[in-house]
Amino acid sequence: MMKRTLLIAAALLGLSAPAFAAGETPVPPQLKWSFQGPFGTFDRAQLQRGFKVYREVCASCHGLSYIAFRNLSQPGGPEFSEAQVRALAAEYKIQDGPNDAGDMFERPGRAADRFPSPFPNENAAAAANGGKAPPDLSLMAKARTYERGFPWFITDVFRQYSENGADYLVALLNGYHEPPQGFQVPAGGHYNEYYPGHVIAMPKPLSDGQVEYPKNEAGQPQVPETVDQYARDVTAFLTWTAEPHLEARKRLGFQVILFLLVLAGLLYFTKKKIWARVGGEVEGHATPPMTHNP
Amino acid sequence: MSQHPTTYVPQSAFGKWFESRLPIAGLVHSSFIAFPVPRNLTYFWTFGAILVFMLVSQIVTGVFLAMYYTPNADLAFQSVEHIMRDVNYGWLLRYLHANGASMFFIAVYLHIFRNFYYGSYKAPREVLYILGVIIFILMMSTAFMGYVLPWGQMSFWGATVITNLFSAIPLVGETIVSFLWGGYAVGNPTLNRFFSLHYLLPFMTLGVVILHIWALHVPGQNNPTGIPIKSGKDAVPFTPYATIKDIFAVVVFMIFFAWWVFYIPNYLGHADNYIPANPAVTPAHIVPEWYFLPFYAILRAIPDKLGGVIAMFSAIIIWVFMPWLDTSKVRSTAYRPLYKQFFWVFVAVCVLLGWLGSKPAEGYYTLAAQICTVYYFAHFLIVLPVLGFVERPLPLPNSILESVMGVQKGGAGIPAGANAEPQSKG
Repeated sequence: MMKRTLLIAAALLGLSAPAFAAGETPVPPQLKWSFQGPFGTFDRAQLQRGFKVYREVCASCHGLSYIAFRNLSQPGGPEFSEAQVRALAAEYKIQDGPNDAGDMFERPGRAADRFPSPFPNENAAAAANGGKAPPDLSLMAKARTYERGFPWFITDVFRQYSENGADYLVALLNGYHEPPQGFQVPAGGHYNEYYPGHVIAMPKPLSDGQVEYPKNEAGQPQVPETVDQYARDVTAFLTWTAEPHLEARKRLGFQVILFLLVLAGLLYFTKKKIWARVGGEVEGHATPPMTHNP
Repeated sequence: MSQHPTTYVPQSAFGKWFESRLPIAGLVHSSFIAFPVPRNLTYFWTFGAILVFMLVSQIVTGVFLAMYYTPNADLAFQSVEHIMRDVNYGWLLRYLHANGASMFFIAVYLHIFRNFYYGSYKAPREVLYILGVIIFILMMSTAFMGYVLPWGQMSFWGATVITNLFSAIPLVGETIVSFLWGGYAVGNPTLNRFFSLHYLLPFMTLGVVILHIWALHVPGQNNPTGIPIKSGKDAVPFTPYATIKDIFAVVVFMIFFAWWVFYIPNYLGHADNYIPANPAVTPAHIVPEWYFLPFYAILRAIPDKLGGVIAMFSAIIIWVFMPWLDTSKVRSTAYRPLYKQFFWVFVAVCVLLGWLGSKPAEGYYTLAAQICTVYYFAHFLIVLPVLGFVERPLPLPNSILESVMGVQKGGAGIPAGANAEPQSKG
């Protein structure tokens, strides 16, 4: 018996060994998000702050090419006013053309234009950033995740956990530290606790006080101007850019499921009534006696 | 569609005129209204209706998606984002279609394992069953090609890995692979032909589904006792009894479906597929969709490439031979105490293979996958043939009615004689 227990223990240890090796990257903490759960909605003020962080920090290297200026005033997003969006778009120079003379020209942006990318092409982006092009951020909150593992991947279905990408992004933006003793960071790389392999090309993008937030009546910022708050706000904004119809989706989902539940209830009793005509529903088989016929 | 003599009599003059020229109303009446259904069917028998609903749902959402999707390697990813962002309810269409594939497979796996448990594959339903295996293979091909269409990282690399499998075939392998690709690497021609086939195969599936339903209506449905309908009291007419039960089950399944679509629409996909395809960057782990994982685990369990490919395809093809590999005369596992245990071990092995398929192929994972693979084939090649000889089944009830209601108690059912010819063989 003892031998068998030891064998099982050895097998379990053996199975967990590769998992442990891969588990050097810590698990991102699960944060509270206004958009989680069946009734989740975006916090408009947070999306507007997040957009400010994107615009003043991220936009110098990262594109947002699937987002048009007009999206910023659509329902379910940051909901800037249309006048604000027009003014914002006009600050950007958009390449258009060719005109009647066959020349490309630059004009002020319009609400229907998409965000121009900071680099003319991927090679230029890579050349300006140490050989690795900074990825477009439009879909970033859905394009990143972290391993959930058993049994969490099952419980996630019931608690509707789908903020994996958002939690990872906040952890990553907060994850810049001094490398641990003996960890060699190659030239051009930066140590990040949450990045797989720990060496990320992007230098620490955020620092406390870097972006000015709207002030309240007392002249204090409404939320702290800290790296953690910037990270949460810009991540909320990127969750919206990745899933602009999230609010409509959850709202419609509730209506659809409510309707189907009522319909299923009505059908259930209809079925009962119909089957009553033949003496009620019977299913399956009687449990056979556990004796064998010779 | 049915051999059952129809009791349908057209009422109107037009009905009589039309019926004498195309007896389709009589066909529908005998197949879906008067068709006798065993009265003891459980909800495991509603997955046929659920699967028809899923096939129609996939075709309808797919046709609308195809109006906006662009099958071009440079534009496909953008066109999917266009659907998600700018097309009215495009996000709903796409999430219904993407999650619908998984729902389709959940339903088909329950349908298949219900068939395994109650011995529905045995005589006289072998052809019905083999048509089902063909539908499953068509579904797998369609799902695989559909996953390639968004042209994300996992689309591209999944297509690369799976099409490369064919290169293991001796002599002609390389030719087959470049024929599949339409070139010397996965690229725009691959995407074009996959789109074309992804649109074609569901209609072929629909054709085989019609044959499958036709073949079902010849012997009639199996039931939890595995014994055939012997008198009218064992059965009820399809409409309204089975119809209302099927509709109720489909609606319950739609609630389940809606949960995924509206609340966790990306749970069953891969985050990597929101990164545009890049032939220069390989993802850290290339993992197929969850419904392929048991077969993927079998593929990787074999150290030899050709051997792995053969094992993977054999894992499905072996199903075709099940009616003849299973030597037991008793259909329902309810009366097979020994097989019941083996059945649940087999289910556990399949689930375990699925989990192993999602893990990296290294160390103890590979060893566990190899053990499970051996057991998987042993179930078909050893357990099924041997148990029929060594197992002593429990006594079968005399009739469905006796089994579910106790002897000679209970209701009306279909009057004797108005019913199908009972099978002679138990």
